Amino acid sequence: MKAAIVVFPGTNCEKDTFEACRYFGLETEYIWHNETNLKKYDFIFLPGGFSYGDYIHSGRLAKFSPVMQGIKEFICHKRGIVIGICNGFQILCESKILPGALTINISNRFICDDIPIYMGEKEITLPVAHKEGRYIFDKSTQISNLIFLKYKKNINGSMLDIAGLYDRQKRVIAMMPHPERAIFKETGSKDGCEIFNFIIKEL
Amino acid sequence: MAEELYKKLGINDFEYSQIKKRLKREPNELEIYLFSAMWSEHCGYKHSKRYLKKLPTTKAVCPQENSGGIKTGSHIIFFKAESHNHPSAVEPFQGAATGIGGIIRDILAVGARPIALLNSLKFGLLTEKRSKYLLDGVVRGISAYGNCIGVPNIGGETNFHECYSSSPIVNVMAAGIVNQNDIKKSSAEKGGIVILLGSYTGRDGIHGASFASKELEDNKEDKLSVQIADPFMKKNVIEASLEILKLKGIISCQDCGAAGLLSSTSEMAYKGNCGIELYLDKVHLRENNMRPWEIMLSESQERMVFIAEPQYINQISKIAEKYNLPISVIGKTTNDKRYKLFLNKKKEADLPHDILNDCITYKLKAIKPDYIEQYKNKKIQETDLKKEDIIKLLKDSNIASKKYIYSQYDYTVGNRTVSRPEKTSCNALWIKEENKFIAFTIDSKPEQTFLNPEKGSIDTVYEASRNLIASGFKPLGITDCLNFGNPEKSDTAYQFINSIKGITKACKKLNIPVVSGNVSFYNENDTSGILPTVTIGMIGESNTNILKNTLKADDYIYLIGKDITDKSNTGGSLYLKIFYDFTGGNVDSIDYKLEEKLSRFILKNKDNLTSCNDVSQGGLFTALFEILYSAKCGFEGNIINIKNAKKALFGEITGRYIISTRNDFKNILRKNNIPYRLLGRCHKNKFKFDYFSFNIKELFDIYENSFKSECEN
Repeated sequence: MKAAIVVFPGTNCEKDTFEACRYFGLETEYIWHNETNLKKYDFIFLPGGFSYGDYIHSGRLAKFSPVMQGIKEFICHKRGIVIGICNGFQILCESKILPGALTINISNRFICDDIPIYMGEKEITLPVAHKEGRYIFDKSTQISNLIFLKYKKNINGSMLDIAGLYDRQKRVIAMMPHPERAIFKETGSKDGCEIFNFIIKEL
Repeated sequence: MAEELYKKLGINDFEYSQIKKRLKREPNELEIYLFSAMWSEHCGYKHSKRYLKKLPTTKAVCPQENSGGIKTGSHIIFFKAESHNHPSAVEPFQGAATGIGGIIRDILAVGARPIALLNSLKFGLLTEKRSKYLLDGVVRGISAYGNCIGVPNIGGETNFHECYSSSPIVNVMAAGIVNQNDIKKSSAEKGGIVILLGSYTGRDGIHGASFASKELEDNKEDKLSVQIADPFMKKNVIEASLEILKLKGIISCQDCGAAGLLSSTSEMAYKGNCGIELYLDKVHLRENNMRPWEIMLSESQERMVFIAEPQYINQISKIAEKYNLPISVIGKTTNDKRYKLFLNKKKEADLPHDILNDCITYKLKAIKPDYIEQYKNKKIQETDLKKEDIIKLLKDSNIASKKYIYSQYDYTVGNRTVSRPEKTSCNALWIKEENKFIAFTIDSKPEQTFLNPEKGSIDTVYEASRNLIASGFKPLGITDCLNFGNPEKSDTAYQFINSIKGITKACKKLNIPVVSGNVSFYNENDTSGILPTVTIGMIGESNTNILKNTLKADDYIYLIGKDITDKSNTGGSLYLKIFYDFTGGNVDSIDYKLEEKLSRFILKNKDNLTSCNDVSQGGLFTALFEILYSAKCGFEGNIINIKNAKKALFGEITGRYIISTRNDFKNILRKNNIPYRLLGRCHKNKFKFDYFSFNIKELFDIYENSFKSECEN
């Protein structure tokens, strides 16, 4: 199976995500943000970072990159799965591919920590690192069946403790925590494998 | 006319006469500007150069470059610490952010990919509003910049003392990795083109190195001499530079730091002993009508200079275009050993590169200050230890958990970070390239260094080494960041020279080099100066992962190494300051043989230790509390071994660690001839020692939250 890691100017988790994908046996490539043809991939990752410096608002400028048109077509043709991590989640919300928005943490500060997260019934601990991670949505949105991850202890003020979402068809999946940073035993935790296994095997 | 200008720019009469003598003519106006920057303390190290030469560099890789390194396998770990004190005092957010920007460029300039950041911060007491403001701004600046460029901020220290209230210390350290075959040096060769990549050059930060500002005042422009950070631009500069440096035709690389384009290009010419011609009309500018000296001295951030073979320009331009980075070919290298500047074909400056770069150096007039003997003999009548004292110490901003700070730094980006801040005595990175681990720490002991500059500096180096050893790492090398007052004063000169002596001695004993460093003088104002602040960044190596804290109930906890007596020299201990507002007494001397024995023992037995911590600031009690807190465990035992209970718990002496083991370890300790004392056993939820008993959860809560509430109060 083939995975693409989209790199925008300012992306900074592309290597971490690349290594995690390779660990799970995915044939992985980087693609620069001006690429539009994504047909050959099974998974498209929008990794973490500060695309375009997160100027104006996180993800606000990245949504104009040509690759986003490619991603919309990729989703439309049900070619595979799109995964957004941290800044990737912010970009997917800004592009209206996922509902709601990610705004500044209630503490008004960057938060870096290892946080207990519910993935359905299961509890795992994942690294988080973001300043704009407070998930908000319009109350008219039907959100309850789209929730993928929830914070055990709400760290940033997200509505309904939401830490990750699917789209309706479960072709798009996005989250604020960084599972790619918890794959190798050398870095202290393998809990991120739960997320990758789920994406690769179950979706 | 000339006299007025050079004086305004900080060149004294003697220096000016030297310039004239060497040039055999009067420098023109632009040339005076160039000299004022290159012969400034910041660029020329004129008061420190001759002393820094004494620092040992054996085994260091490229100690003369922008940053120096240590070899590990076929890779080099480059690292350096630098100060950004003055800009941070003026504008804490931008000052700290550009400090990170600058130190990252020093790593990048040798072709290494930045992989870690650390910092050592010092402020006045948090009871002052201004200290809170500075702390908040500095932390936000480091957070905003470091997080954006995706380099993990894996460790550091933050301390508070009234001496820093008007002169805060912001020392930042960065490390990077490069294959030994891909190191890029900064010496130019003739026949190349000079390329400037990155931000447009503007008038920001023009006086960073020289500090004159009359001209700007005349224009009634209210501009700070603090540079403006652009981490997004920097991230692109990092990626583009690393791609460019992979090209075969790149001869050398330099970053534009202090004195911007001038110091980068003139150093390249000087190191390569060739000439450089720059065409200032080719430089991409942010502002109109910039004068030649403004272009040359601008410290606009996020710029790199490359010398390349001319035929590579298209490939280089393509990379710049990919990252949307402005780029210009601004000159060429020649074989005439002269540094020439042109504006619209008119020659504006023409100097032999060595005269420009070989700044005169001064011998310091060091006299042992009277205070040293006075403070050494000062005594204090100590009082009995009460339960509240222990709480007071844990709440102190120097001791309490700094989670409030480090949770604002991304310390896991990069997928290399093996531990978490405050979980181990230092933090380490997984070096996948070599399947090894490299640990990092940054330390300082200003009070001890003040009381005894040489001993205090030795102990600072040793404390850094203990931090590494307690996590299972063998020290490899250091970078030093020396923050002092005015070196023209005999007291400061004495402190500085003796600190260098101390660092040299400690490094020789530990058999490690000083790979890089930085000096920051004049950290003082009319009324007060800082304590001499020697900041040591150290790295270490291990083939196995960091010694993690796996402490659990019933584990044995031992103190190994020196034990404290009523006679021990605990001068400079934090508890004396906290309880008596006292600074004085003698500083403990290092027992080198014991240190060596302890480090060997710990490294050899690390697989059998369930935790290890060096005993440093806050003494034995604090070291014990830290491992208990990290493991969320209690304790039952006896710590106080002398009449003076405060000294027993909090006194700071050298050469001691706390270790914990699952089984009784006394036979092994005895066999290895290690001095030890069993302190007690780990307990599930009780915290009892001697005649004290605490609710452990309450203590943990105090330790965890008091710093945050003090900052936000």
